[in-house]
Amino acid sequence: MNGDPGVSFTDLLAELGKLPSWETGPAGDLAAPVGTTVLALRYADGVVMVGDRQATEGHTIAHRRIQKVFPADQYSAIAISGTAGLAIELVRLFQTELEHYEKLEGVRLSLEGKANYLARMVRQQLPLVFQGLVVVPLFCGFDEHEQVGRLYTFDVVGGRYEEQDYAATGSGGREAKSYLKTAYRPDMPEPEALDTAIRALIAAAEEDTATGGPDLQRGILPNVVKVTADGLTEGEDDRIADIARSALEDVR
Amino acid sequence: MSMPFYVPPEQLVKDRAEYARKGIARGRAIVAVEYADGVLLMAENPSDTLHKISEIYDRIAFAGVGKYNEFEALRVAGIRHADVKGYTYGRTDVTAKGLANAFSQTLGTIFTHEMKPYEVEVLIAEVGVNGAPNHLYKITYDGTLTDEQGTCAIGGQAEALTEAMRARFDPSASLEAAMRNAASAFREVVEREIEGWEAAVLERGAGRRCFRRLEQIDVD
Repeated sequence: MNGDPGVSFTDLLAELGKLPSWETGPAGDLAAPVGTTVLALRYADGVVMVGDRQATEGHTIAHRRIQKVFPADQYSAIAISGTAGLAIELVRLFQTELEHYEKLEGVRLSLEGKANYLARMVRQQLPLVFQGLVVVPLFCGFDEHEQVGRLYTFDVVGGRYEEQDYAATGSGGREAKSYLKTAYRPDMPEPEALDTAIRALIAAAEEDTATGGPDLQRGILPNVVKVTADGLTEGEDDRIADIARSALEDVR
Repeated sequence: MSMPFYVPPEQLVKDRAEYARKGIARGRAIVAVEYADGVLLMAENPSDTLHKISEIYDRIAFAGVGKYNEFEALRVAGIRHADVKGYTYGRTDVTAKGLANAFSQTLGTIFTHEMKPYEVEVLIAEVGVNGAPNHLYKITYDGTLTDEQGTCAIGGQAEALTEAMRARFDPSASLEAAMRNAASAFREVVEREIEGWEAAVLERGAGRRCFRRLEQIDVD
């Protein structure tokens, strides 16, 4: 690549020869930790995004406290499922990209611009998909122009789809979605939205062996992020623990 | 083949310095000053959209005076330098000192090697968190780098303005007081109507990104 990288941090790294890359050999049984269930839903004030904390390697638990839901910037969040190592690097690059753009241009990218950029990043991972290294993100945020929360899903070829109500991905994604199909209603108030999201994650953990539910004994709680007109908030652990406790009791 | 006239190097440097200084003296000044919660940067700037002060990284801000396209190029280079370093290593490895050194090298090289020197002065401010001290670095058109204490100014009438700021310096001042002090220093030195303010802070305890642009500037 030759020339000015403009506002793109990825192009700047490529120019410097520092873009992260993974040499692909012949397809084989490459064992790398895989992250499991993440989900997001729209509610009255914006969007809430939840992820479990477990990563598995085959039938083994690789990590119990991995983070899969990340702030992307002040008004958006990204969650990942699939090959954890690739996905976390993708998130780091995406976060830097958004901040880089914001600082150079003096304004944030529009929410749609961020989603499109993420789609491009997923698309560039396509050669790795054929090696069995799949990364599928979920992206949500608050649209500062339209003043609504929005939610996007992606597929392995970089297809980008806007969802109207809820979305889930990862190995327990199907169970989470079937829970949300009955429990979800549009424009829920915040406490109900948080409760529904965490219960959906627990429903997934009940059915899917790879998904780790809240582990109150060890103090392992799901990652929860909310994005509203006031921006992104994360880490209300006391509230999450309370909801998780009562949800687990209802399961019993 | 044409024979170039011999110009002694002393004369060459002197001419270039004079040229750059003239350009900078025309620019309106910027001051930086420590206050209770961080560092305040304040400039006279009639434009709401063409900024002289901006964010470089988590705890680091940039201010430039002189020719807009030249300090804008430096600002962009600074953001690229910081983001690449922070991404490659870690966020805490990006420091004002490292950036100031890079700017100093760039401006020094341009001063001696290019057709014309950059007509700019640059100020890099870093807010110290967890008990670390704040840093202010000033880099002039020829790459001279100085470590300033407490407060400093760049641009036209920078020396007089630094004096005026020192006379009012109070590291425990509130943000409002620091802004009023800066405004009164400006008024004392420039002796004319101020055509609009631009101000931003690097604020301790405001999360990872300490930079905040001040939208409401009420110093009258």
